[in-house]
Amino acid sequence: MYVAAKGGEKAIENAHRLLAHERRGDPSIPELSLEQIKEQLRLAVDRVMCEGSLYDRELAAVAIKQARGDLIEAIFLLRAFRATLPRFGGSEPVDTGAMTVGRRISAAFKDLPGGQVLGPTFDYTHRLLDSEGASAMEPECAQAITAMPRVTDILAADDLIEQSPRSRPDGRVGDLTQDPLNFPADRDVRLQNLARGDEGFLLALGYSTQRGYGRTHPFAGEIRLGEVMIEFVPQELGFPVPLGEITVTECQMINQFRGSATEPARFTRGYGLTFGHSERKAMAMALVDRALRARELGEDIKAPAQDEEFVLSHTDNVQATGFVEHLKLPHHVDFQAELGLLRRLRSEFKPEREAAHVVEEAAE
Amino acid sequence: MSSAPAYNFAYLDEQTKRMIRRALLKAVAIPGYQVPFASREMPMPYGWGTGGVQVTASILGPDDVLKVIDQGSDDTTNAVSIRKFFIKTAGVRTTTSTREATVIQTRHRIPETALGADQILVFQVPIPEPLRFLEPRETETRRMHALADYGLMHVKLYEDIARHGHIATTYAYPVKVDERYVMDPSPTPKFDNPKMNDCAALQLFGAGREKRVYAVPPYTRVESLDFEDHPFERYRRDGTCVLCGTNDSFLDEVITDDRGGRMFVCSDTDYCEIRRSRPAAAPAMARDHE
Repeated sequence: MYVAAKGGEKAIENAHRLLAHERRGDPSIPELSLEQIKEQLRLAVDRVMCEGSLYDRELAAVAIKQARGDLIEAIFLLRAFRATLPRFGGSEPVDTGAMTVGRRISAAFKDLPGGQVLGPTFDYTHRLLDSEGASAMEPECAQAITAMPRVTDILAADDLIEQSPRSRPDGRVGDLTQDPLNFPADRDVRLQNLARGDEGFLLALGYSTQRGYGRTHPFAGEIRLGEVMIEFVPQELGFPVPLGEITVTECQMINQFRGSATEPARFTRGYGLTFGHSERKAMAMALVDRALRARELGEDIKAPAQDEEFVLSHTDNVQATGFVEHLKLPHHVDFQAELGLLRRLRSEFKPEREAAHVVEEAAE
Repeated sequence: MSSAPAYNFAYLDEQTKRMIRRALLKAVAIPGYQVPFASREMPMPYGWGTGGVQVTASILGPDDVLKVIDQGSDDTTNAVSIRKFFIKTAGVRTTTSTREATVIQTRHRIPETALGADQILVFQVPIPEPLRFLEPRETETRRMHALADYGLMHVKLYEDIARHGHIATTYAYPVKVDERYVMDPSPTPKFDNPKMNDCAALQLFGAGREKRVYAVPPYTRVESLDFEDHPFERYRRDGTCVLCGTNDSFLDEVITDDRGGRMFVCSDTDYCEIRRSRPAAAPAMARDHE
């Protein structure tokens, strides 16, 4: 006899105990330390910090371990913690031109001041499985990095690319964690949304623009990775004080030029910035940022990546995973109602063909 | 790990090579037509030359001499990486000399030195479909090719002229092959387009991610699309290479400081080196580009 499920509390408790057991894995294998995650899974830590919107390597490592390597779950953990933190104010804009660079490449120029600095990259490795190669190698000492003007600044000096938008006079920028998203959204809010957005989703959207769904003619003007100083102006002091350095990846795309009867043609910009070393994300973000500027630049809005409401409403993987996975929750009350309606519709359904068929059978 | 996998000559297994060669034969038989093929996962990322690498791997023999260029240069990172790949997996002799090579894999350039009948030029192609940016759907573009319905492309070029006074396509400039198929020459600067016409070498194009190969057989007519009153124009920056002094090669702009300082050098490093090593013979080296 079928008995309605009861005792949910005990079942949940047991499931949690099983989860803890599974998380640990085989107890004869040494437990993963937070230091190991922080040092050897740096790119996972970077992604969790970026989409978790909290720059804290330690906490990101805790989240990755707790989430058993499920990065979206780890991002969720970090976000939930972040939401409880008090807010002192906003920092000064970071100056990526003054970055201590670890990697810097431009696809638009063969060489440029400061040179092409490859840094730590998978780019030119052959993807041949090699478990020995995954062990440590000592790099040869790199030469000192010289000053590195940004490619977009060099182009802007000749007026070949549009200027970066100015800050608002009051210095305020939108913040999605304080105010709900409204449409149309300004670029500051769009960029924040993209920076927090899911890497995979942005990657697919950026890719779609390259395949003709909202083409923007991108050139990777510059990708740079390194440390930038965070400065903050406490009200009681009135001048900026340094808080410390963070690692960021910046991508400046140079896109389709634009001119008009009153303005000479200039390249346009797409911008991406992420915490840590997240080049794929920064590049995808820059592509999508540029695609989302279609309205501002007077372009036809035809492709998904140009549709602000579509893109911005679906970037957040914590929201997305929550809602997709909520389908696992019981829905039997609603389902009962649907089932009732479906049964009623079926009972009222009398196809003409069936009626004719019955008559034929009788005749035989 | 002791169980190191073993790879065949030039990485791909022989069945895969045969499949690609069949596709290439069809491509040669129908110049400019995009032949679908079962592109494989390669040990480098899509978009980094997996199509070109598969074509090269399937035509390469032990006696071949391979040259790999990217942006005209043998020294650029991706060219170095692909060359190393074939040294490792095929052990073939490699060269930076355009003359000496039997197979040249290229990204974004055609060498300045004229190619001969005993050479094959393999292009890496990101988006093989020239109509893609006018019509994103493959079902639709294949129909357009089948009907030779290229009106949309001419409208696009016309709209460029109406808007900017010029055709605003500077690279991946569409061509018509053998008076039939409109073809994407890969994102080479349009400066290189005339070199494809009546070329003595076989030109093969591989697009790995999009799973297409196509070809221009030797001595085939390749015309850049244009209008009678707006004929195709070759573009090169008016300047001379600071290294070899040539004024007929395609130039790279190198920024020297952040105060507007810049200089120009040959994009084709082999061409530049030959001219520098034989300055007296330099003028004779320049290929006659109409």
